Amino acid sequence: MAITFMLNGKSQSVDVSPDMPLLWVLRDTLNMTGTKFGCGMALCGACTVHINGEATRSCITPISSVAGKKVTTIEGLSADGSHPVQKAWMEEDVPQCGYCQSGQIMSAVALLTKKPNPTDADIDDAMSGNICRCGTYQRIRKAIHRAASSMTGKAHSAA
Amino acid sequence: MATAPVVNRRDFLKTSAAGGAALVIGFHLTPRAFADQAKDQEEKTPNPFDAWVRITPDDHVTLVLGKSEMGQGVYTALPMILAEELCVDWKQVHVEQAPTNPKIYDLGTGGSGSVAGSWLPLRQAGAAAREMLIAAAAKRWEVGADTCKAKNGFVVHGHPERSFRFGELVVDASKLPIPNLNKVPLKNSDDFTIVGREMHRLDTADKSSGKAKFGIDSRVEGMLYAVIARCPVFEGKVASFDATKAKAVAGVRDVFEIKTSGRGASTTGGVAVLADNSWAAIQGRKALEVKWDEGAAANESSEELREQFLQNASAKPANMLRNDGDANAALDAASKKVEAIYELPLAAHVCMEPMNCTVHIRPDSAEAWVPSQGPQWAQAVIAEAAKLPPEKVTVHTTLMGGGFGRRYQADFVMEAAQVAKISGKPVMVLWTREDDMQHDFYRPASYHRLQGALDSEGKLAAWKHFQTSTSIAAKWSQKGDNDPGMGEFGTGATIPYTTPNIRIEYTLAHSSAPRAWWRSVEHSSSGFVMESFVDELAHAAGQDPLAFRLKLIGESRKIPQFGEGREDYHPLDTGRLKGVLQLAAEKAGWGRPLPKGEGRGIAGFYSFFSYVAAVAEVSASSAGYTVNRLICAVDCGRAVNPNGVRAQVESAAIYALTATVKDAITVERGRVVQANFNDYSMIRMKEAPPIEVYIVPSTEAPTGIGEPTVPVIAPAICNAIFNATGKRLRRLPIRRQDLA
Repeated sequence: MAITFMLNGKSQSVDVSPDMPLLWVLRDTLNMTGTKFGCGMALCGACTVHINGEATRSCITPISSVAGKKVTTIEGLSADGSHPVQKAWMEEDVPQCGYCQSGQIMSAVALLTKKPNPTDADIDDAMSGNICRCGTYQRIRKAIHRAASSMTGKAHSAA
Repeated sequence: MATAPVVNRRDFLKTSAAGGAALVIGFHLTPRAFADQAKDQEEKTPNPFDAWVRITPDDHVTLVLGKSEMGQGVYTALPMILAEELCVDWKQVHVEQAPTNPKIYDLGTGGSGSVAGSWLPLRQAGAAAREMLIAAAAKRWEVGADTCKAKNGFVVHGHPERSFRFGELVVDASKLPIPNLNKVPLKNSDDFTIVGREMHRLDTADKSSGKAKFGIDSRVEGMLYAVIARCPVFEGKVASFDATKAKAVAGVRDVFEIKTSGRGASTTGGVAVLADNSWAAIQGRKALEVKWDEGAAANESSEELREQFLQNASAKPANMLRNDGDANAALDAASKKVEAIYELPLAAHVCMEPMNCTVHIRPDSAEAWVPSQGPQWAQAVIAEAAKLPPEKVTVHTTLMGGGFGRRYQADFVMEAAQVAKISGKPVMVLWTREDDMQHDFYRPASYHRLQGALDSEGKLAAWKHFQTSTSIAAKWSQKGDNDPGMGEFGTGATIPYTTPNIRIEYTLAHSSAPRAWWRSVEHSSSGFVMESFVDELAHAAGQDPLAFRLKLIGESRKIPQFGEGREDYHPLDTGRLKGVLQLAAEKAGWGRPLPKGEGRGIAGFYSFFSYVAAVAEVSASSAGYTVNRLICAVDCGRAVNPNGVRAQVESAAIYALTATVKDAITVERGRVVQANFNDYSMIRMKEAPPIEVYIVPSTEAPTGIGEPTVPVIAPAICNAIFNATGKRLRRLPIRRQDLA
């Protein structure tokens, strides 16, 4: 039975087993490989996407549960890598192997949406579900603070 | 990552390569980390070039070489070195993965050797190209070559300045003889404009947008996805299986057995479940019914291995690896003796991208997409499974979501080749996290007894180190368990601390657990053991741990690395070791009083020809501990990209911190107990301390940086906890109850 949801702003229908996790629908059915498989148990955060704006582990999210919802993946964050969080990632040279970084970025964007000026403790809380085996945590922290300044800075100038 | 077409020697001598006019200069990468093996290979076969630079008339500079990117930043650092000598904007240099060619000895990517081993060859190749372009321009202008110079992609001459783009000169230049690479003039390092500067990585945009393609992202028309049911017990086999229920899972296409492959790829064999997508394959495997022949290893356990260690330590005569003076007599005569036992567990690599490989075998050729540190090995095992000559196997080396030594193995490649051969379709074999954690090639567990003697002046009268472990060398050696496995000691047998009496002993223990190279290999054990023990000696001598170390290291001199044929090979420079200890101490404010309940510890170690020291600051009590700060000082020769050096130190520190404070891999009934991040946990954001990195300015050639921070982190932390609490921690990982 076809399941329809909004994927990165466009309507998307898939005809797959309803219990198939969103992760595998994205990666194998739709060939959108930016969202990564890391553990299959929502323990590492590599598969993080936004569902109706909430950071969600797609590896344990059955596709049936996203019917009618808005899903944003790393590919949908910006057309050209220009999201302030992506730019901050570049400025701080965050990625090493890069495998976990789609998930890290999606968690960071969700955090900044809720808390535009996160404290270190906010960052600890929001980001501790995402493992980076290359140990880029300190650069991620800096990049989140940098992105926060640039995003709130913009908000101020717009106001 | 594009894979370059295979180019043979003849093509280098002609003016054209890959179909167009170009200047092509071939050269050899012989990473020093593997120099002796490389030499063996070179002597056996006349070796064509294993790397080359291609400059085309459109000014494109392409560097083709067999180095894989697993996060360590080689695709940023290596173009910087070439561009420096070539005198081009380094961002113009495009890197292509060299084609896997069975005639070329592929050194793989590891041993912290990519920058170290490529430094001189890349400079020579860049300088040769520069000199040829200058000569071509001088000829056209009919002036002396010494009146022309290369500048930012141009050859320029005279006042007012006239110039040719490099691209305009490549056809003429390619007709000139290639200068002797060993004699070509290299830039004076004072004139460097690229090397040594802080550079951003080149791959960050792709890695921040989901565009970067890892092995697991390989997609081939008509491909199937497979997972393999493997016997949970080491070296166990399939007895029988029933695929009925697996085949009933929607999307499952096929189920069949693959055989164990022996030495060379070391696969476990098992039952492959092929499906339209990864999820269906995983569900199919859950439904599959397999009876295992668990074999002889079913009785093995971590406890049983520890029993072996204890027996080896007490009963058996050990292999003597080094015996200077008479350590036993000195210990008997000493006024003060210190003895301590240290233990380290099995450790898993845990790359964030689980193992995977995609292979398509056609009747007359094969193609594979492999996240591999050793693509040539991958090619060989695919050729074996496909029953094709290796040159018929095209290997695309993909980006890797971590390597850490795990991706040197070819087990997952062999599995994919076996499945693809039987299936006839393109197939990705995907490992789940549980597969990855339970079928790794682990850092060996080890047990160490250290004995030291101090004379009445607090000088070190003897150093005795007995080690027993399940050696990596034995796992891979043709001699098997009869190989004494000198490789387990490495720099552990090279003692920077001055003493007339040294005795190093080793006894091999036996285990079926697969073992191999884990980030920093045996240095991860040696560093912990030696730098913890020196701290114990300092305490026994009633001296400050830093002052004691500096005194024992003594005057600046070069100590030959212990081991046959290694006497002249990168001796340990005690001056540089002292340098990093002093720098880390200075930056940490060594000696400045800390609040009650806090402590500071130091460790310094030499590995991969680099020197690293760390100071750890902790809060600790009988209730537990927190690592507050890590201060690292490194001397890795000239830092090609200091930003990249710092990233590697930060990375290795977190990797080592996980092994120090988190979980052990343990074995029960012949199988690994831990399966996922819930029981083999990793350092996360809230546990990651700030890490400061200081680089010793150096004009020495670059040496390794991916690994050499690993060995100093555990001892620095344990020494800091001792400083705070008086509790000595001699067993990794640290357990909370150890402080009680």
